[in-house]
Amino acid sequence: MSAFSAIGEDREIEQDEFTPGIEPQATWCPGCGDFSVLKALKQAMPEVGRTPDETLLCTGIGCSGKLNSYFDSYGFHTIHGRALPVARAAKVANPGVEVIAAGGDGDGYGIGGNHFMHTARENHDMTYIVFNNEIFGLTKGQTSPTSPKGHKSKTQPSGSAKAPLRPLSLSLASGASYVARTAAVNPNQAAEVVAEAIEHDGFAHIDFLTQCPTWNKDARQYVPYTDVQDSDEYDFDITDRQEAGEMMYEVESKLYEGEVLTGRFYKDDRPSYGEEKRATGEMPEQPLAERYFDEDVEWERCADELIDKHT
Amino acid sequence: MTDQELIWRIAGGSGDGIDSTSRNFAKALMRSGLDVFTHRHYPSRIRGGHTYVEVRAAEGEVRSRGDGYNVLLALGDSFARNPQEDAYYGNEELKPLTENFDDLREGGVIIYDEGLIDGEQVEEVGLHEKAEENGWHVYPVDLRAIAKEHGREVMRNNAGIGVMSTLLNFDTSYYEEIIGEVFNEEIAEANRKVIEQGADTAEEFDEHPALQMPTAEEPDAEQALVSGSDAIAYGALDAGCRFISGYPMTPWTDVFTIMSQNLPKFGGVSEQVEDEIAAASLAIGASHAGVKAMSGSSGGGFALMSEPLGLAEMTETPLVLVEAMRAGPSTGMPTKPEQADLEHVLYTSQGDSTRVVFAPGNHQECYEQIRTAFEIAYEYQIPTILIYDQKLQGELRNVDRSFFDRDPDPDAGSVLTEAEIEEAAHHNSGKFLRHEYDGEKGISPRTVPGQKGGRFLTTGNEHNPAGHISEDPENRVLQMDRRRGKFEYIREDLDEKGNQTHHGPEAAEYGIMTWGSHQDTVFEAVDRLNDAGHSVKALGVSDMMPYPVEEVSAFLESVEECLVVEMNASGQFRGLTQKELGRFGPKLSSLLKYNGNPFEPAEIVDGFESSIDGEDLAATNMKYVPAAGD
Ligand SMILES: Cc1ncc(C[n+]2csc(CCOP(=O)(O)OP(=O)(O)O)c2C)c(N)n1
Ligand code: SF4
Ligand SMILES: [Mg+2]
Repeated sequence: MSAFSAIGEDREIEQDEFTPGIEPQATWCPGCGDFSVLKALKQAMPEVGRTPDETLLCTGIGCSGKLNSYFDSYGFHTIHGRALPVARAAKVANPGVEVIAAGGDGDGYGIGGNHFMHTARENHDMTYIVFNNEIFGLTKGQTSPTSPKGHKSKTQPSGSAKAPLRPLSLSLASGASYVARTAAVNPNQAAEVVAEAIEHDGFAHIDFLTQCPTWNKDARQYVPYTDVQDSDEYDFDITDRQEAGEMMYEVESKLYEGEVLTGRFYKDDRPSYGEEKRATGEMPEQPLAERYFDEDVEWERCADELIDKHT
Repeated sequence: MTDQELIWRIAGGSGDGIDSTSRNFAKALMRSGLDVFTHRHYPSRIRGGHTYVEVRAAEGEVRSRGDGYNVLLALGDSFARNPQEDAYYGNEELKPLTENFDDLREGGVIIYDEGLIDGEQVEEVGLHEKAEENGWHVYPVDLRAIAKEHGREVMRNNAGIGVMSTLLNFDTSYYEEIIGEVFNEEIAEANRKVIEQGADTAEEFDEHPALQMPTAEEPDAEQALVSGSDAIAYGALDAGCRFISGYPMTPWTDVFTIMSQNLPKFGGVSEQVEDEIAAASLAIGASHAGVKAMSGSSGGGFALMSEPLGLAEMTETPLVLVEAMRAGPSTGMPTKPEQADLEHVLYTSQGDSTRVVFAPGNHQECYEQIRTAFEIAYEYQIPTILIYDQKLQGELRNVDRSFFDRDPDPDAGSVLTEAEIEEAAHHNSGKFLRHEYDGEKGISPRTVPGQKGGRFLTTGNEHNPAGHISEDPENRVLQMDRRRGKFEYIREDLDEKGNQTHHGPEAAEYGIMTWGSHQDTVFEAVDRLNDAGHSVKALGVSDMMPYPVEEVSAFLESVEECLVVEMNASGQFRGLTQKELGRFGPKLSSLLKYNGNPFEPAEIVDGFESSIDGEDLAATNMKYVPAAGD
């Protein structure tokens, strides 16, 4: 019997199970988009059939990083920018665990940008939700990597001279195998996209537009929005890398012109990292974490395996 | 200097097969029953620098590099970029010969490859006069021609071995046995012919050196030739480590490579990742998920691990790191040893540091202390760091094979099983209380994701027993005291292990203290000092944090004065000792060296005698810093 009986447990799951008894009420500002991520995630979990005990949510630092105070599961609130390397190793250690990482735009596209690129490239079977409010929320409103050019803040008083980063294009170029954008103001789509992302076998990245009414007052509330999959105006194949790339470029450009386009932009069914690594023979079939609870494992000894060549 | 001791130096270009030849040679001597110890000197480039390896061998115990050397096999640099031009450093091709004059002992032997090193040029650099002055025996042989006749040019190493067999009376049977093991039969046969012809050619020389190969009886027990890196990696594997993440950096790369090559065979996983912040974070993630995990780096990469290290301290995630020191600051001297990262490793990361740090003194201690590092990390849920240096990393030494005959340690420490979780304390909302105040020895047992009923929150923010963020003053103090209170119990456990090593007469008048890789060199020096009539004992300290206060205090109380030997410019270990003990300042002086080359035993002897006589060390590579108040 597995030492991890929560994994793959087959039972009815209630959305309420994900509401912690300790901090049930989130303390984000009224009107904050972060509430919608929490709600979408709670809705998606029963949908995908995953329980709190088989889910690990790793977050970074920011208002967004508070997510796992309000979401009950195994939770690891890490440090600024480092949710992804912690999360992906947990997946390598125990592939049966449902691993989700989350953080802000500063956290994921700025300080943790290198990890974002490489985790996407490796295509770990996990979900990454970026709360993109185009601002540093927690540190009180500085310009972020996704703030529009000309954005004024206390640290860029005359307006940012930098063009914003293109998160979807970056994700695609880096190797993410599922890329979507949704918005806090679009809860139905958000819950569906989150569920799809969790079910996707590979690195699924959601750029989640979350308005910050406190520090980003000038910013759009991301309304009205268009779901590109529902619109006749857009016709592209999300499994075609080139079409997806062109669509993303347009979506990113439009956002800064004031038009909000959301939807799924890319999906690729290439093997996940775990499958690739197992195929090379450099990752065992038995989950690493199981070994420590399995009395039948014969532990290898250096004295038997390695010392001969030194004699 | 004794006649029974060989210190053989093989010098050539990086890429001339110096490493493999010296390894085979050392192993052959080991099989013949001698004790061996090697020392590597190489530049930080792949081609075009010159490199040497020393093999010291004798019948008795050999535990350090020696003083200078007595036999040189100079191959000439076949990869020299501008062989004929006078480079900034002097003629490149000639360097493996000329650069090695300084340390060659009187009566020493030089064999050089005439095929590559031009005889006329050799005269220009005055080898003849030098040889006469020092009683050196010089044997030019066209090793290249011999190698080419029977095989390929790279075999000139073995032509040199052949020459030695005649001149030094070296029995090549063990060496040839090893050649047969590492090469296919065709190449092995060619090499044997090269050795034979080298031996025949040397018959032409009428005059043989007085120096002859040491010989030994068969050893009692089978020996294994291992490096410090081997010992660390094997200790980690036997400790049950099945995950490593890293990013290459000299000299840490060695451990990372050995682990990466062996983990798949052991059912584990190695991850080479984008940078060292990721490397440390991945090890934390794997450990959080229940796997015994490690990472490591050298100074610069370790600097990047600073913040994840603090995260492990705060979240009480078991984590084992290794830090392989090289000369700093910054990129420093990548292939040169130094012990200047002690304070870096002890204190980096914000907040009061809550970690355990070991500095093993030799190969056996590398193996044992990395095992202890895993034990402590996983039992006490605290990061542990093993700090060593480029010297220990690459030195090969023979160890009884039976030393490694140990059981692996599959114990994941203070982790609950699902059955235990059912019994354990939970918040009334169902959350497992991961960071309880009242765990035994300060340990609050943990669960891992996927276990039923075990879900908990943890965070790098200060948190309450349920892992939720808390800035409550009372909670803060309780959590801090609990986390730091583990030190007391860890200290007790470590006292039982006895990681500090004492050497020399107990009633000695003077003391020498050191830490890490110079331990056995200091011990050799202490033996010589006592033989010369001094009264000295030594203490090699391995536990850097928590510091063995009682043991070191007792040692310092028992001596008049103590010289602290370490390889850095600011006396970091002496500083740590004074900080931890809060006294003995007037008793402690420092002998320091930071020119990139490890101490030789004779230097420590000199340094000690000068310190007692109040003599100046200005003319040496060392620096003496007197005691406070002196
Ligand atoms: C290494 C480090 N640098 C800086 C900070 C301070 N800091 C905390 S959150 C944050 C930015 C938050 O912005 P974002 O990631 O977009 O998250 P949001 O608050 O908007 O959700 C910064 C700079 C930190 N905690 N750690
Ligand atoms: S500061 Fe902005 S991002 Fe943070 S909680 Fe308030 S509204 Fe949300
Ligand atoms: Mg933000």
